[in-house]
Amino acid sequence: MAFISSGYNPDKPMENRISDIGPRHYSEFLPPVIKNNKGKWLWHEILEPGVLMHKAESGDEVYTVRVGSPRLIGTETLREALEIADKHCDGYLRFTTRNNIEYMVDSKDKVAALKEDLASRKHEGGSFKFPVGGTGAGVTNIVHTQGWIHCHTPASDASGTVKVVLDDLFEEFQQMRLPAQLRISMACCLNMCGAVHCSDIAILGYHRKPPIIDHENLENLCEIPLAVASCPTAAIRPSKTTIKDPKTGEDKTVKTVAIKNERCMFCGNCYTMCPALPLTDGEGDGLVIMAGGKVSNRISNPKFSKVVVAFIPNETPRWPTLAKVVRQIVDAYAKGARKYERVGDWAERIGWERFFEACDLEFTHHLIDDFRDPAYYTWRQTTNFKF
Amino acid sequence: MPKHETPLLDQLESGPWPSFVSDLKRQSEARHAKKNEIEYQIPEDVVDDLLGVLELSYKEGEVHWKHGGIVGVFGYGGGVIGRYCDQPEQFPGVAHFHTMRVNQPAAKYYKTDFLRSLCDLWDFRGSGLTNMHGSTGDIVFLGTRTEQLEEIFFELTHNLNTDLGGSGSNLRTPECCLGESRCEWACYDSQELCYQLTMEYQDELHRPAFPYKFKFKFDACPNGCVASIARSDLSFIGTWRDEIRIDQEAVAAYSGGEIAPNGGAHAGKDWGKFDLQKEVIDLCPTECMWMEDGKLKINDKECTRCMHCINVMPRALRIGNDRGLSILVGAKAPILDGAQMGSLLVPFIKAEEPYDEIKEVIENIWDWWMEEGKNRERIGETMKRMGFQRLLEVTGIKPMPQHVQEPRTNPYIFWKEEEVPGGWDRDIADYRSRHQK
Repeated sequence: MAFISSGYNPDKPMENRISDIGPRHYSEFLPPVIKNNKGKWLWHEILEPGVLMHKAESGDEVYTVRVGSPRLIGTETLREALEIADKHCDGYLRFTTRNNIEYMVDSKDKVAALKEDLASRKHEGGSFKFPVGGTGAGVTNIVHTQGWIHCHTPASDASGTVKVVLDDLFEEFQQMRLPAQLRISMACCLNMCGAVHCSDIAILGYHRKPPIIDHENLENLCEIPLAVASCPTAAIRPSKTTIKDPKTGEDKTVKTVAIKNERCMFCGNCYTMCPALPLTDGEGDGLVIMAGGKVSNRISNPKFSKVVVAFIPNETPRWPTLAKVVRQIVDAYAKGARKYERVGDWAERIGWERFFEACDLEFTHHLIDDFRDPAYYTWRQTTNFKF
Repeated sequence: MPKHETPLLDQLESGPWPSFVSDLKRQSEARHAKKNEIEYQIPEDVVDDLLGVLELSYKEGEVHWKHGGIVGVFGYGGGVIGRYCDQPEQFPGVAHFHTMRVNQPAAKYYKTDFLRSLCDLWDFRGSGLTNMHGSTGDIVFLGTRTEQLEEIFFELTHNLNTDLGGSGSNLRTPECCLGESRCEWACYDSQELCYQLTMEYQDELHRPAFPYKFKFKFDACPNGCVASIARSDLSFIGTWRDEIRIDQEAVAAYSGGEIAPNGGAHAGKDWGKFDLQKEVIDLCPTECMWMEDGKLKINDKECTRCMHCINVMPRALRIGNDRGLSILVGAKAPILDGAQMGSLLVPFIKAEEPYDEIKEVIENIWDWWMEEGKNRERIGETMKRMGFQRLLEVTGIKPMPQHVQEPRTNPYIFWKEEEVPGGWDRDIADYRSRHQK
């Protein structure tokens, strides 16, 4: 492959340099029916799962067909998505915050052909490329992070765990038969690049072993004071140790850190600051399941997700226990909750002791908070409990 | 013939949900077939080796990407995430696999020609793999080599009139819901405010000068479709302060079963006949609604604008006309000190160009945080450490009951010296003149 320059001259990096121009203005990309009615929408209706209709003051209507995507997509699939937009939507499309693609048309008679086209496209392995759904009182696309595909701190894969959960819940993506919307999110480590800490069900990658200390390289790779300061539980202190010099075979003393393992809560912040403190471990790493969070202000206040399963191992490639546990929660919720009631509101109404019964989940000591102040506010300070 | 056997990943090709493994294989095949007749600027087998290294992770349950990597484009401190494989001999195609974040247009609407030109660029100079979109909202170009970074940036800015997004300790790429473009509940133009603030703060977006990351997110109503209240350091949530507009005929049509409740969102199950009393009035968290002479009444003064009634009956109830937004501060995920929800700082502010009032709030907060914030401390943690009162002081906002769920339960009030008559300096001799030892 020969290097082809775009015109950038490394000897004169400032020559013709353009910077800080920001994104393209959104108005360049709005479909005409959207642009013409911006700020003048009257109401909307979900005509069937995955198909929305918005009515404007002008009488105009826009029909939106929502399709799921695995978020990680190659240009081949993206180009196919664009062909569909050219064929049916005059070359416009949009993506949602939950990584769905939305195709919009300006009349109802264009919807059937679009839906048919989308449903007909499948990968060779049999999965849909563009499944329609993700609206209303159902499950929409699972927002997720990079996992083993691209991140340096994950405790699990994101694309794979999402794939198996959505395979299992596919009907709930294509239907609207739950008490309210059910938002599932996945983050492959505690950094939570996304909002899994406020999801109806959250899948969270988690490490369970303290960092390994790479004494030989630590001093060269890290600022020891930064590594020490990075630990929220003060488990790390500066230290010295003797190692064998790999070149000479002789003993030498190196500056390093020592870790009080019992103080470590495996957050990985030290690794972010110091690459000589890796955490990843085939046996130690796995998943935490959280439930009952939401971001909407509707009826009840936004709330955090709570840990309901402390650990599920990384059972690659299809994580059967994960899929089973998520299904148990979804089924129990579908059965027990009232119309409009989110998972967290349902759990609070029946009580968390009943939640664990209904979902057939074991309550363990790991589920009682022991982290600083927030812990106290989660213990029960009343005799109003249920047997 | 695939370069690496992937027996584990192959099991993720079955099932109805779109398979990312099938997608990766498709991309690999297209690349080898030189489908787009281009001279690839990074290894042809990049996708094969990504599948290979991922298979290894699936086998071992461990990640194979090295920690970090300082790469970027000249003059920017963000926008590029350096990434190197820790098994480069086995997987040379992904020895370097850097990500570039491209600032997305507000609410992620596109014309196909623009996205196609991004595809062309990324096939030519990158892996052809993308995230549409990353968690923060950017278009993510996944996987290229160091020598391509400036070339990609040059083409983005010169030919595609677009820019990189944020990474590192800076303003992250702002993100908004679709707002007025296609939603009847938008209380302000979230796309325009997102765009304007993105443009205003390009320097903060590209050149890390903050203690840690800082996120703006814009929800045009309290339903919160971009989750701003949970994940943004500054959350802009649309609201209104006058009356909900009622169409009584439509209310009757909902009661009569002529219009499906909640926009038809519950159509998949038979929940029985719609019951206005049970499903709307009784679920109102402030109990500010009732029926009178066949008409729906709302005591708007008691309404907290939770959106439930409007969500259930979008054709009968509409948001008010006196619209603006609330600003909440300090949301974040658990790292390091536990998760935080955004706390209400500005109950109501008009969202009108040139948004000077909003910018003033932002800049006051930044000035304080840059002065007081510790390294890797989010604003939410600084607030917690220094107290909410400090935030009110630096922004000049008057304390009000809206700022709290409830007043404090401990009386350990930190009075300031200037708040106490006579100050804190006292004379022991004067005291002793009144009190024996």
